Amino acid sequence: MNGADVEAKGAGAAVDVKADVRASVAPGVRFGGVSFVWRPWVAGVTLLLAVAGFLVFCLSIGVGDFPIALPRVVATILGRGEQVDEFVIMDLRMPRALAGLVVGVALGVSGALTQSIARNPLASPDVLGITSGAGAVAVFLVTVSGGAATAVTDSVGLSAAALAGGLGTGLLVYFMAWRRGIDGFRLILIGISVNAVMQAITTWLLVTADIRDVARAQAWLVGSLDNRSWDEVNVALWCTLGLLVVVASVAFQFKPLHFGDEVAAGLGVRYGAVRAVLLLCAVLLAGVAVSAAGPVPFVALVAPQVAMRLARCPTPPLVASGLVGALLLTGSDLVARTALPVSLPVGVVTAAVGGPFLVYLLVRANRR
Amino acid sequence: MVVQSITGTETEVDGASRLAARGITVGYGARSVIDGLDVAIPPGVITTIIGPNGCGKSTLLRTLSRLLRPTGGTVVLDGEDIAALKTREVAKKLGLLPQAPVAPEGLTVSDLVARGRHPHQSWLRQWSSDDADVVRRALAMTGVSDLADRPVDSLSGGQRQRVWISMTLAQGTGLLLLDEPTTYLDLAHAVDVLDLVDDLHESGRTVVMVLHDLNLATRYSDNLVVMREGAILAQGHPRDVITAELLHEAFGLRAKVIDDPVGDRPLIVPIGRTHVELDQLAPELPR
Repeated sequence: MNGADVEAKGAGAAVDVKADVRASVAPGVRFGGVSFVWRPWVAGVTLLLAVAGFLVFCLSIGVGDFPIALPRVVATILGRGEQVDEFVIMDLRMPRALAGLVVGVALGVSGALTQSIARNPLASPDVLGITSGAGAVAVFLVTVSGGAATAVTDSVGLSAAALAGGLGTGLLVYFMAWRRGIDGFRLILIGISVNAVMQAITTWLLVTADIRDVARAQAWLVGSLDNRSWDEVNVALWCTLGLLVVVASVAFQFKPLHFGDEVAAGLGVRYGAVRAVLLLCAVLLAGVAVSAAGPVPFVALVAPQVAMRLARCPTPPLVASGLVGALLLTGSDLVARTALPVSLPVGVVTAAVGGPFLVYLLVRANRR
Repeated sequence: MVVQSITGTETEVDGASRLAARGITVGYGARSVIDGLDVAIPPGVITTIIGPNGCGKSTLLRTLSRLLRPTGGTVVLDGEDIAALKTREVAKKLGLLPQAPVAPEGLTVSDLVARGRHPHQSWLRQWSSDDADVVRRALAMTGVSDLADRPVDSLSGGQRQRVWISMTLAQGTGLLLLDEPTTYLDLAHAVDVLDLVDDLHESGRTVVMVLHDLNLATRYSDNLVVMREGAILAQGHPRDVITAELLHEAFGLRAKVIDDPVGDRPLIVPIGRTHVELDQLAPELPR
């Protein structure tokens, strides 16, 4: 077949179907060589979420024993504040607030990826055992190693162990669920089983351990943003940013995967490779989040579902999911610190919000 | 309705087959479903693969579309080994509609059809006015323009299948592979979808599909591939291929083949055991 021949034929043939072209198709926008679909509602919601996230972030920094008004917080963050504010904000409070943002984004994006890959809203890193796997390894380090390794476990060691635990559990679940491809239901069932085993191990470790270690482990297990240092936050921040770059670079190839493997293959997507890369990113994002703040429950499950409903998307939107995650975590931390008579770890609040929401999702799915 | 080109590049030029299987062996695990099969898909016509359950007809279609990799032999697309081509290059030449695909809940018709442009897009160039035009034409061609804003899950089975075919059309390929496009459809909707498939081939596309219903396959195909136990039993125009003997050999079915009262193709009348006047049957029929 001759290429020029087809071209010539095509030029004539392409004019033929002109009738009935009034159907509404999403418009595109173009900036130079870059073009994408323009969806005003999604863009608007995403922008609003970003603004709301930033406001709560600033509010969270302003609240404390030494309250700072919102405009002064914003001015200081933008580098135009007074010296006394700068010390309190940048050195004392920023790490905690930033950790909230980073962990929230990481959990939100991680959940959006796992839910999309499994094509099931229940498939979040919490349900798939990734967070509890990270938790089990961290608790193992705190309790079994005991006082001897306390120096190591205090900072970097604990984070690295949690990350390794999350990654190991994620890979374990993935390979056990693999049977000539990945089936969403099988992934979730195996994830739930592994999750139960990891929690049993954690409980066993806590029951048999020294009481002082148990207190430390318990505090970590609830999920908390207390006493974050710049060093810890920096590691989490750069890891998350790096992973997000990878996710963004593959995200375009990811879209057809929502229709299942075969349709995706028909549309020219190497679905096995794309899915493996994104699942690995999802597991690592969850691992980074857990290593920075402990296994904060439900954020990864709830954020993508909320983002989907706000943005009116049929599938979890990645950017909005990250932003909802950040908003949820930072907001919960703010509530945990201020709204209640006792200061609670952030995980308690996210669980209190996330639990009922999960029930709502399940009831809604059952009614269908 | 005369349906024409969507992108202007999918019209077939008469001549050699673009898609062929050469000595392919395909299996799941250790069990081979197809063993050393050869087939060439004639250009510009509708080829339908028929055969009893488990004979390997879907496996053949999936291998031709590169969903399955043969353990032996090659599938040739435009003179090249399909396994050596990039997935995206294959998607620009060959559109595939798997059996009973599922769209995410709430996805609109136009967004689903727009996904068909994926092989022609890139990270930087995700949507252009050309894409929008092609999608509009694909919607119009399949008669679903009025449904463009509706969620796919709110449509009837027949409409949904039209939408999926529309997505495959938006891909702008000259080759269309459809795996049981009439599954779950009642007879009226099945006929409707097959009329659409016929319109598409009229405008120059090559169609390969798997069908269960023998009479529909006979009516709508120009070329039948009859399979049994992973091998091709017969191949050719329905008038030449469909005989009582072949149906018995392929399906173990006792049937009478008569002239279609409304068309120029044969019509298969299955016999079975009950409510049949046996003395009315031709004596030469295998029992």
